[in-house]
Amino acid sequence: MHDQQLKQLIEAALFAADAPLSVDQLKELLVAQQISKAKIQTTLTELQQDYQNRGVQLQQVASGYRFQTRTELGSILAGLWQEKPPKYSQALLETLALIAYRQPITRGDIEEIRGVSVSSQIMKSLQERGWVKVVGQREVPGRPQLYATTAEFLDYFNVKDLAELPPIPASENAQPATATESTTAETATDQRVH
Amino acid sequence: MSETPERTPKLIPEQHALPLGFVRGEPVLERPEDLYIPPDALELILEAFSGPMDLLLYLIRRHKVEIVDLPILPITQQYMTYVDMMKELKLELAADYLVMAAMLTEIKSRLLLPKPPQVEDEEVDPRAELVRRLREYEAIREGAGYLEAQPQQERDFCVVQANSDARDYVKQLPPEVSLEDLVLAFGKVMQQAQLQEHHHIHRERLSTRARMSAILDLLTQQSRVRFSEVFDTSEGKAGVVVSFLAILELSKEALIEITQIDAFSELHISKRQDQQSRVTEHA
Repeated sequence: MHDQQLKQLIEAALFAADAPLSVDQLKELLVAQQISKAKIQTTLTELQQDYQNRGVQLQQVASGYRFQTRTELGSILAGLWQEKPPKYSQALLETLALIAYRQPITRGDIEEIRGVSVSSQIMKSLQERGWVKVVGQREVPGRPQLYATTAEFLDYFNVKDLAELPPIPASENAQPATATESTTAETATDQRVH
Repeated sequence: MSETPERTPKLIPEQHALPLGFVRGEPVLERPEDLYIPPDALELILEAFSGPMDLLLYLIRRHKVEIVDLPILPITQQYMTYVDMMKELKLELAADYLVMAAMLTEIKSRLLLPKPPQVEDEEVDPRAELVRRLREYEAIREGAGYLEAQPQQERDFCVVQANSDARDYVKQLPPEVSLEDLVLAFGKVMQQAQLQEHHHIHRERLSTRARMSAILDLLTQQSRVRFSEVFDTSEGKAGVVVSFLAILELSKEALIEITQIDAFSELHISKRQDQQSRVTEHA
Protein backbone atom coordinates (compact mmCIF):
# COMPACT_ATOMS: atom_id res chain seq x y z
CA MET A 1 0.00 0.00 0.00
CA HIS A 2 1.31 3.44 -0.93
CA ASP A 3 1.85 6.06 1.72
CA GLN A 4 -0.72 8.18 -0.06
CA GLN A 5 -3.32 5.42 0.08
CA LEU A 6 -2.61 4.77 3.72
CA LYS A 7 -3.06 8.43 4.54
CA GLN A 8 -6.34 8.52 2.67
CA LEU A 9 -7.54 5.41 4.45
CA ILE A 10 -6.71 6.72 7.92
CA GLU A 11 -8.26 10.08 7.16
CA ALA A 12 -11.43 8.45 5.87
CA ALA A 13 -11.60 6.07 8.82
CA LEU A 14 -11.32 8.90 11.33
CA PHE A 15 -14.09 10.81 9.57
CA ALA A 16 -16.36 7.82 9.25
CA ALA A 17 -15.89 6.44 12.77
CA ASP A 18 -18.43 7.24 15.46
CA ALA A 19 -15.79 7.78 18.14
CA PRO A 20 -12.10 8.72 18.31
CA LEU A 21 -9.80 5.95 17.01
CA SER A 22 -6.62 4.95 18.78
CA VAL A 23 -3.48 3.77 16.99
CA ASP A 24 -4.33 0.23 18.14
CA GLN A 25 -7.80 0.45 16.68
CA LEU A 26 -6.40 1.72 13.38
CA LYS A 27 -3.91 -1.13 13.33
CA GLU A 28 -6.73 -3.59 13.86
CA LEU A 29 -8.69 -2.00 11.03
CA LEU A 30 -5.67 -2.32 8.72
CA VAL A 31 -4.77 -5.81 9.89
CA ALA A 32 -4.95 -7.23 6.37
CA GLN A 33 -2.60 -4.54 5.08
CA GLN A 34 -0.07 -5.32 7.82
CA ILE A 35 0.78 -1.75 8.74
CA SER A 36 3.07 -1.21 11.71
CA LYS A 37 2.05 1.00 14.60
CA ALA A 38 5.01 3.26 13.91
CA LYS A 39 3.83 3.73 10.32
CA ILE A 40 0.32 4.59 11.49
CA GLN A 41 1.79 7.04 14.01
CA THR A 42 3.91 8.86 11.39
CA THR A 43 0.96 9.00 9.01
CA LEU A 44 -1.20 10.52 11.75
CA THR A 45 1.46 13.14 12.44
CA GLU A 46 1.62 13.96 8.73
CA LEU A 47 -2.15 14.27 8.56
CA GLN A 48 -2.02 16.56 11.58
CA GLN A 49 0.43 18.79 9.73
CA ASP A 50 -1.69 18.73 6.57
CA TYR A 51 -4.64 20.02 8.55
CA GLN A 52 -2.68 22.60 10.53
CA ASN A 53 -4.13 25.62 8.75
CA ARG A 54 -7.56 24.24 8.05
CA GLY A 55 -10.88 24.88 9.81
CA VAL A 56 -10.93 21.27 10.84
CA GLN A 57 -8.07 19.83 12.88
CA LEU A 58 -6.82 16.37 13.67
CA GLN A 59 -6.67 16.22 17.46
CA GLN A 60 -5.36 13.56 19.78
CA VAL A 61 -7.44 13.12 22.94
CA ALA A 62 -7.56 10.43 25.62
CA SER A 63 -9.68 8.01 23.56
CA GLY A 64 -7.66 8.45 20.37
CA TYR A 65 -7.56 10.65 17.30
CA ARG A 66 -10.52 12.59 15.99
CA PHE A 67 -11.29 15.46 13.66
CA GLN A 68 -12.78 18.56 15.23
CA THR A 69 -13.37 22.20 14.38
CA ARG A 70 -10.78 24.79 15.38
CA THR A 71 -11.37 25.88 18.96
CA GLU A 72 -11.34 29.59 18.06
CA LEU A 73 -14.33 29.14 15.75
CA GLY A 74 -16.66 27.86 18.46
CA SER A 75 -18.47 31.10 19.21
CA ILE A 76 -19.39 31.66 15.56
CA LEU A 77 -20.24 28.07 14.79
CA ALA A 78 -22.60 28.10 17.78
CA GLY A 79 -24.95 30.07 15.52
CA LEU A 80 -25.61 26.85 13.60
CA TRP A 81 -27.67 25.48 16.45
CA GLN A 82 -30.55 26.73 18.50
CA GLU A 83 -29.29 25.34 21.78
CA LYS A 84 -26.68 27.27 23.68
CA PRO A 85 -23.64 25.36 24.89
CA PRO A 86 -23.87 24.51 28.60
CA LYS A 87 -22.36 26.92 31.08
CA TYR A 88 -20.93 25.25 34.13
CA SER A 89 -21.34 26.76 37.59
CA GLN A 90 -18.37 27.69 39.74
CA ALA A 91 -19.39 25.00 42.24
CA LEU A 92 -19.41 22.32 39.53
CA LEU A 93 -16.08 23.45 38.12
CA GLU A 94 -14.46 23.49 41.57
CA THR A 95 -15.76 20.01 42.33
CA LEU A 96 -14.57 18.76 38.96
CA ALA A 97 -11.18 20.45 39.40
CA LEU A 98 -10.78 18.78 42.80
CA ILE A 99 -11.52 15.37 41.35
CA ALA A 100 -9.27 16.00 38.33
CA TYR A 101 -6.29 17.40 40.21
CA ARG A 102 -6.52 15.48 43.49
CA GLN A 103 -7.90 12.10 42.43
CA PRO A 104 -8.69 9.63 43.77
CA ILE A 105 -10.74 11.65 46.21
CA THR A 106 -13.75 11.16 48.48
CA ARG A 107 -16.76 13.38 48.95
CA GLY A 108 -15.41 14.16 52.42
CA ASP A 109 -12.15 15.46 50.96
CA ILE A 110 -14.07 17.65 48.53
CA GLU A 111 -16.20 19.01 51.35
CA GLU A 112 -13.18 19.73 53.50
CA ILE A 113 -11.45 21.79 50.84
CA ARG A 114 -14.50 23.57 49.46
CA GLY A 115 -16.04 24.14 52.91
CA VAL A 116 -19.46 23.23 51.51
CA SER A 117 -21.36 19.99 51.53
CA VAL A 118 -21.06 18.36 48.14
CA SER A 119 -24.21 18.82 46.12
CA SER A 120 -25.65 15.46 45.08
CA GLN A 121 -26.93 17.11 41.95
CA ILE A 122 -23.43 18.13 40.92
CA MET A 123 -22.05 14.63 41.55
CA LYS A 124 -24.96 13.15 39.64
CA SER A 125 -24.50 15.39 36.64
CA LEU A 126 -20.72 14.76 36.62
CA GLN A 127 -21.37 11.03 36.61
CA GLU A 128 -24.16 11.27 34.05
CA ARG A 129 -21.87 13.15 31.72
CA GLY A 130 -19.43 10.30 32.17
CA TRP A 131 -16.67 12.61 33.42
CA VAL A 132 -16.37 11.11 36.88
CA LYS A 133 -16.60 7.55 38.15
CA VAL A 134 -16.15 5.59 41.35
CA VAL A 135 -12.80 3.79 41.26
CA GLY A 136 -12.81 2.20 44.69
CA GLN A 137 -13.32 2.75 48.36
CA ARG A 138 -10.96 4.16 50.94
CA GLU A 139 -10.20 1.67 53.69
CA VAL A 140 -11.38 3.86 56.55
CA PRO A 141 -14.57 3.56 58.60
CA GLY A 142 -17.57 4.00 56.35
CA ARG A 143 -15.49 2.94 53.32
CA PRO A 144 -16.17 6.16 51.38
CA GLN A 145 -16.17 5.93 47.61
CA LEU A 146 -13.17 7.28 45.75
CA TYR A 147 -13.85 9.35 42.66
CA ALA A 148 -11.64 9.81 39.61
CA THR A 149 -12.01 11.40 36.19
CA THR A 150 -12.55 9.40 33.00
CA ALA A 151 -11.27 9.43 29.42
CA GLU A 152 -14.54 11.12 28.39
CA PHE A 153 -13.66 13.99 30.71
CA LEU A 154 -10.28 14.41 28.99
CA ASP A 155 -11.92 14.13 25.55
CA TYR A 156 -14.42 16.85 26.43
CA PHE A 157 -11.71 19.19 27.66
CA ASN A 158 -9.59 18.51 24.59
CA VAL A 159 -6.57 16.83 26.22
CA LYS A 160 -5.03 13.39 25.95
CA ASP A 161 -4.00 13.03 29.58
CA LEU A 162 -4.21 14.84 32.91
CA ALA A 163 -0.62 16.08 32.62
CA GLU A 164 -1.76 18.27 29.72
CA LEU A 165 -3.92 20.36 32.03
CA PRO A 166 -2.11 23.44 33.40
CA PRO A 167 -0.53 22.54 36.76
CA ILE A 168 -1.78 23.98 40.03
CA PRO A 169 0.21 24.36 43.28
CA ALA A 170 0.79 20.98 44.89
CA SER A 171 -1.31 19.98 47.83
CA GLU A 172 0.41 20.63 51.15
CA ASN A 173 -1.08 17.49 52.59
CA ALA A 174 1.91 15.44 51.59
CA GLN A 175 4.06 17.38 54.06
CA PRO A 176 4.23 15.97 57.57
CA ALA A 177 2.04 17.87 59.97
CA THR A 178 4.14 20.42 61.84
CA ALA A 179 1.57 20.94 64.53
CA THR A 180 2.26 19.15 67.78
CA GLU A 181 -1.33 19.28 68.86
CA SER A 182 -3.14 17.92 65.89
CA THR A 183 -6.67 18.99 65.23
CA THR A 184 -9.36 16.79 63.80
CA ALA A 185 -8.86 18.37 60.42
CA GLU A 186 -5.25 17.30 60.44
CA THR A 187 -6.17 13.76 61.28
CA ALA A 188 -8.36 13.80 58.25
CA THR A 189 -5.36 15.02 56.32
CA ASP A 190 -3.25 12.12 57.47
CA GLN A 191 -5.86 9.69 56.29
CA ARG A 192 -5.78 11.16 52.85
CA VAL A 193 -2.15 10.33 52.37
CA HIS A 194 -1.66 6.67 51.84
CA MET B 1 -41.19 53.35 56.33
CA SER B 2 -43.17 56.52 56.87
CA GLU B 3 -45.75 55.80 54.16
CA THR B 4 -48.21 52.99 54.48
CA PRO B 5 -47.77 50.94 51.35
CA GLU B 6 -51.17 50.83 49.71
CA ARG B 7 -51.23 48.65 46.62
CA THR B 8 -53.37 50.76 44.32
CA PRO B 9 -51.03 51.58 41.53
CA LYS B 10 -53.52 51.64 38.64
CA LEU B 11 -55.90 54.32 39.80
CA ILE B 12 -54.11 57.52 40.64
CA PRO B 13 -56.33 60.15 42.25
CA GLU B 14 -55.41 63.69 41.32
CA GLN B 15 -55.02 64.81 44.91
CA HIS B 16 -52.32 62.17 45.52
CA ALA B 17 -48.68 63.09 45.94
CA LEU B 18 -46.51 63.32 42.87
CA PRO B 19 -45.06 60.03 41.77
CA LEU B 20 -41.46 59.37 42.72
CA GLY B 21 -40.71 58.33 39.19
CA PHE B 22 -41.86 56.27 36.28
CA VAL B 23 -40.98 52.69 35.57
CA ARG B 24 -42.01 51.56 32.08
CA GLY B 25 -44.56 54.32 31.96
CA GLU B 26 -46.13 53.28 35.27
CA PRO B 27 -45.83 55.87 38.00
CA VAL B 28 -44.13 54.76 41.18
CA LEU B 29 -45.74 56.26 44.22
CA GLU B 30 -44.28 54.23 47.02
CA ARG B 31 -40.74 54.28 48.02
CA PRO B 32 -39.13 50.84 47.63
CA GLU B 33 -39.56 49.05 50.93
CA ASP B 34 -36.01 47.85 51.15
CA LEU B 35 -33.87 50.53 49.72
CA TYR B 36 -30.53 49.10 50.93
CA ILE B 37 -30.29 45.64 49.30
CA PRO B 38 -33.29 43.96 47.80
CA PRO B 39 -33.49 40.29 48.89
CA ASP B 40 -33.06 39.06 45.35
CA ALA B 41 -29.85 41.00 45.00
CA LEU B 42 -28.49 39.56 48.22
CA GLU B 43 -29.25 36.10 46.97
CA LEU B 44 -27.32 36.99 43.86
CA ILE B 45 -24.36 38.11 45.96
CA LEU B 46 -24.53 34.85 47.87
CA GLU B 47 -24.70 32.80 44.74
CA ALA B 48 -21.69 34.62 43.40
CA PHE B 49 -19.68 32.84 46.08
CA SER B 50 -19.39 29.13 45.67
CA GLY B 51 -18.95 28.60 49.42
CA PRO B 52 -17.48 29.93 52.65
CA MET B 53 -13.92 29.38 51.42
CA ASP B 54 -14.68 31.47 48.36
CA LEU B 55 -16.11 34.28 50.47
CA LEU B 56 -13.17 34.13 52.86
CA LEU B 57 -10.69 34.26 50.01
CA TYR B 58 -12.54 37.23 48.56
CA LEU B 59 -12.38 39.11 51.88
CA ILE B 60 -8.66 38.41 52.26
CA ARG B 61 -7.99 39.56 48.71
CA ARG B 62 -9.88 42.77 49.38
CA HIS B 63 -7.46 43.48 52.23
CA LYS B 64 -4.64 43.05 49.75
CA VAL B 65 -2.73 40.72 52.03
CA GLU B 66 -1.20 37.30 51.60
CA ILE B 67 -3.16 34.32 52.86
CA VAL B 68 -0.34 33.59 55.32
CA ASP B 69 -0.80 37.01 56.96
CA LEU B 70 -4.48 36.32 57.46
CA PRO B 71 -5.78 39.35 59.44
CA ILE B 72 -8.14 37.32 61.57
CA LEU B 73 -9.99 40.12 63.41
CA PRO B 74 -11.22 42.27 60.50
CA ILE B 75 -11.83 39.24 58.35
CA THR B 76 -13.91 37.56 61.04
CA GLN B 77 -15.95 40.71 61.54
CA GLN B 78 -16.65 41.14 57.86
CA TYR B 79 -17.36 37.48 57.44
CA MET B 80 -19.91 37.62 60.25
CA THR B 81 -21.69 40.53 58.58
CA TYR B 82 -22.17 38.45 55.47
CA VAL B 83 -23.29 35.43 57.44
CA ASP B 84 -25.84 37.49 59.37
CA MET B 85 -27.26 38.72 56.10
CA MET B 86 -27.54 35.28 54.62
CA LYS B 87 -28.91 33.67 57.76
CA GLU B 88 -32.16 35.53 57.28
CA LEU B 89 -32.54 34.47 53.71
CA LYS B 90 -31.09 31.09 53.04
CA LEU B 91 -30.82 29.11 56.20
CA GLU B 92 -29.74 25.97 54.43
CA LEU B 93 -26.95 27.70 52.63
CA ALA B 94 -25.87 29.54 55.74
CA ALA B 95 -25.17 26.30 57.61
CA ASP B 96 -21.92 25.70 55.73
CA TYR B 97 -20.98 29.32 56.32
CA LEU B 98 -21.71 29.02 60.02
CA VAL B 99 -19.19 26.22 60.38
CA MET B 100 -16.57 28.54 58.97
CA ALA B 101 -17.73 31.34 61.27
CA ALA B 102 -17.27 29.04 64.26
CA MET B 103 -13.79 28.17 63.07
CA LEU B 104 -12.86 31.84 62.63
CA THR B 105 -14.07 32.76 66.10
CA GLU B 106 -12.24 29.80 67.57
CA ILE B 107 -8.99 30.93 65.95
CA LYS B 108 -9.61 34.48 67.10
CA SER B 109 -10.18 33.39 70.69
CA ARG B 110 -7.09 31.21 70.65
CA LEU B 111 -5.03 34.19 69.46
CA LEU B 112 -6.46 36.28 72.28
CA LEU B 113 -5.64 33.76 74.99
CA PRO B 114 -2.56 34.62 77.03
CA LYS B 115 0.27 32.25 76.22
CA PRO B 116 1.52 29.99 78.98
CA PRO B 117 4.99 30.99 80.26
CA GLN B 118 6.66 27.69 79.30
CA VAL B 119 6.08 27.95 75.58
CA GLU B 120 7.39 25.11 73.52
CA ASP B 121 10.05 26.18 71.03
CA GLU B 122 7.79 25.15 68.20
CA GLU B 123 4.91 27.56 68.48
CA VAL B 124 1.78 26.68 66.61
CA ASP B 125 -0.10 29.41 64.86
CA PRO B 126 -3.81 28.70 65.34
CA ARG B 127 -4.33 30.05 61.87
CA ALA B 128 -2.08 27.44 60.30
CA GLU B 129 -4.77 24.90 59.50
CA LEU B 130 -7.08 27.50 58.01
CA VAL B 131 -4.21 28.95 56.00
CA ARG B 132 -3.43 25.48 54.64
CA ARG B 133 -7.04 24.95 53.64
CA LEU B 134 -7.26 28.38 52.07
CA ARG B 135 -4.17 27.74 50.02
CA GLU B 136 -5.46 24.40 48.87
CA TYR B 137 -8.79 25.98 48.03
CA GLU B 138 -7.03 28.73 46.09
CA ALA B 139 -5.13 26.09 44.11
CA ILE B 140 -8.40 24.32 43.29
CA ARG B 141 -10.01 27.58 42.23
CA GLU B 142 -7.09 28.04 39.91
CA GLY B 143 -7.69 24.53 38.56
CA ALA B 144 -11.38 25.30 38.09
CA GLY B 145 -10.35 28.40 36.16
CA TYR B 146 -8.11 26.30 33.93
CA LEU B 147 -10.91 23.88 33.24
CA GLU B 148 -13.21 26.76 32.37
CA ALA B 149 -10.57 28.21 30.03
CA GLN B 150 -9.79 24.82 28.47
CA PRO B 151 -11.36 24.27 25.05
CA GLN B 152 -14.69 22.60 25.77
CA GLN B 153 -16.41 20.28 23.38
CA GLU B 154 -19.76 21.95 22.98
CA ARG B 155 -18.58 25.51 23.53
CA ASP B 156 -15.32 25.78 21.61
CA PHE B 157 -15.26 22.96 19.14
CA CYS B 158 -17.38 20.20 17.77
CA VAL B 159 -16.29 16.77 16.71
CA VAL B 160 -16.39 16.37 12.94
CA GLN B 161 -17.64 13.21 11.32
CA ALA B 162 -18.40 12.37 7.74
CA ASN B 163 -22.12 11.84 7.69
CA SER B 164 -22.44 8.80 5.50
CA ASP B 165 -25.84 7.30 4.85
CA ALA B 166 -24.27 4.04 3.65
CA ARG B 167 -25.51 2.24 6.71
CA ASP B 168 -29.10 3.18 6.03
CA TYR B 169 -29.06 0.91 3.01
CA VAL B 170 -27.84 -2.00 5.05
CA LYS B 171 -30.23 -1.45 7.89
CA GLN B 172 -33.54 -3.23 7.59
CA LEU B 173 -36.62 -1.20 8.17
CA PRO B 174 -38.92 -2.88 10.63
CA PRO B 175 -42.05 -4.05 8.71
CA GLU B 176 -45.40 -2.68 9.66
CA VAL B 177 -47.49 -4.94 11.81
CA SER B 178 -51.07 -5.49 10.66
CA LEU B 179 -53.97 -6.70 12.75
CA GLU B 180 -53.88 -10.08 10.97
CA ASP B 181 -50.24 -10.51 11.95
CA LEU B 182 -51.16 -9.84 15.53
CA VAL B 183 -54.01 -12.34 15.45
CA LEU B 184 -51.74 -14.96 13.86
CA ALA B 185 -49.06 -14.34 16.47
CA PHE B 186 -51.61 -14.69 19.22
CA GLY B 187 -52.89 -17.90 17.67
CA LYS B 188 -49.41 -19.35 17.76
CA VAL B 189 -49.00 -18.44 21.40
CA MET B 190 -52.32 -20.12 22.16
CA GLN B 191 -51.17 -23.25 20.32
CA GLN B 192 -48.01 -23.27 22.36
CA ALA B 193 -50.01 -22.91 25.52
CA GLN B 194 -52.20 -25.84 24.51
CA LEU B 195 -49.14 -27.99 23.82
CA GLN B 196 -47.87 -27.11 27.22
CA GLU B 197 -51.13 -28.23 28.77
CA HIS B 198 -51.01 -31.52 26.88
CA HIS B 199 -47.60 -32.20 28.26
CA HIS B 200 -48.81 -31.74 31.79
CA ILE B 201 -51.47 -34.40 31.37
CA HIS B 202 -48.90 -36.81 29.95
CA ARG B 203 -46.61 -36.35 32.87
CA GLU B 204 -49.33 -37.22 35.29
CA ARG B 205 -50.48 -40.25 33.37
CA LEU B 206 -47.03 -41.73 32.94
CA SER B 207 -45.00 -41.23 36.05
CA THR B 208 -41.39 -42.43 35.92
CA ARG B 209 -41.61 -43.45 39.56
CA ALA B 210 -44.68 -45.59 38.92
CA ARG B 211 -42.99 -47.15 35.90
CA MET B 212 -39.93 -47.96 38.02
CA SER B 213 -42.14 -49.87 40.48
CA ALA B 214 -43.87 -51.66 37.63
CA ILE B 215 -40.53 -52.82 36.19
CA LEU B 216 -39.33 -54.01 39.61
CA ASP B 217 -42.64 -55.85 40.06
CA LEU B 218 -42.14 -57.50 36.69
CA LEU B 219 -38.63 -58.53 37.73
CA THR B 220 -39.88 -60.22 40.92
CA GLN B 221 -42.10 -62.39 38.75
CA GLN B 222 -39.45 -63.09 36.12
CA SER B 223 -35.83 -62.93 37.18
CA ARG B 224 -34.65 -61.96 33.70
CA VAL B 225 -36.59 -59.86 31.26
CA ARG B 226 -35.69 -59.04 27.68
CA PHE B 227 -35.10 -55.31 27.17
CA SER B 228 -37.90 -55.02 24.60
CA GLU B 229 -40.41 -56.67 26.96
CA VAL B 230 -40.26 -53.70 29.27
CA PHE B 231 -41.63 -51.42 26.59
CA ASP B 232 -45.24 -51.31 25.63
CA THR B 233 -45.28 -49.70 22.20
CA SER B 234 -49.03 -49.15 22.39
CA GLU B 235 -48.35 -46.39 24.89
CA GLY B 236 -46.71 -44.40 22.11
CA LYS B 237 -43.52 -42.39 22.17
CA ALA B 238 -44.17 -40.86 25.58
CA GLY B 239 -44.68 -44.24 27.20
CA VAL B 240 -41.50 -45.62 25.66
CA VAL B 241 -39.54 -42.60 26.90
CA VAL B 242 -40.92 -42.98 30.41
CA SER B 243 -40.01 -46.67 30.48
CA PHE B 244 -36.51 -45.90 29.31
CA LEU B 245 -36.13 -43.18 31.93
CA ALA B 246 -37.34 -45.63 34.55
CA ILE B 247 -34.68 -48.17 33.48
CA LEU B 248 -31.97 -45.51 33.64
CA GLU B 249 -33.17 -44.41 37.04
CA LEU B 250 -33.30 -47.95 38.40
CA SER B 251 -29.84 -48.62 37.02
CA LYS B 252 -28.55 -45.46 38.64
CA GLU B 253 -29.97 -46.50 41.96
CA ALA B 254 -28.27 -49.88 41.49
CA LEU B 255 -31.54 -51.82 41.79
CA ILE B 256 -31.30 -53.51 38.41
CA GLU B 257 -28.58 -54.88 36.21
CA ILE B 258 -28.47 -54.53 32.47
CA THR B 259 -26.61 -57.37 30.80
CA GLN B 260 -25.72 -58.42 27.31
CA ILE B 261 -24.43 -61.85 26.39
CA ASP B 262 -22.43 -60.80 23.40
CA ALA B 263 -22.10 -57.83 21.07
CA PHE B 264 -25.32 -56.81 19.24
CA SER B 265 -27.37 -59.38 21.11
CA GLU B 266 -30.56 -58.51 22.99
CA LEU B 267 -30.15 -56.66 26.25
CA HIS B 268 -31.53 -58.23 29.41
CA ILE B 269 -32.63 -56.68 32.64
CA SER B 270 -32.45 -58.42 35.97
CA LYS B 271 -32.58 -57.55 39.64
CA ARG B 272 -29.25 -56.82 41.09
CA GLN B 273 -28.39 -60.05 42.90
CA ASP B 274 -25.03 -59.38 44.55
CA GLN B 275 -26.38 -56.46 46.58
CA GLN B 276 -29.25 -58.50 47.88
CA SER B 277 -26.97 -61.37 48.80
CA ARG B 278 -24.56 -58.97 50.48
CA VAL B 279 -27.39 -57.59 52.55
CA THR B 280 -28.38 -61.07 53.57
CA GLU B 281 -24.78 -61.93 54.43
CA HIS B 282 -24.60 -58.98 56.76
CA ALA B 283 -27.90 -59.80 58.35
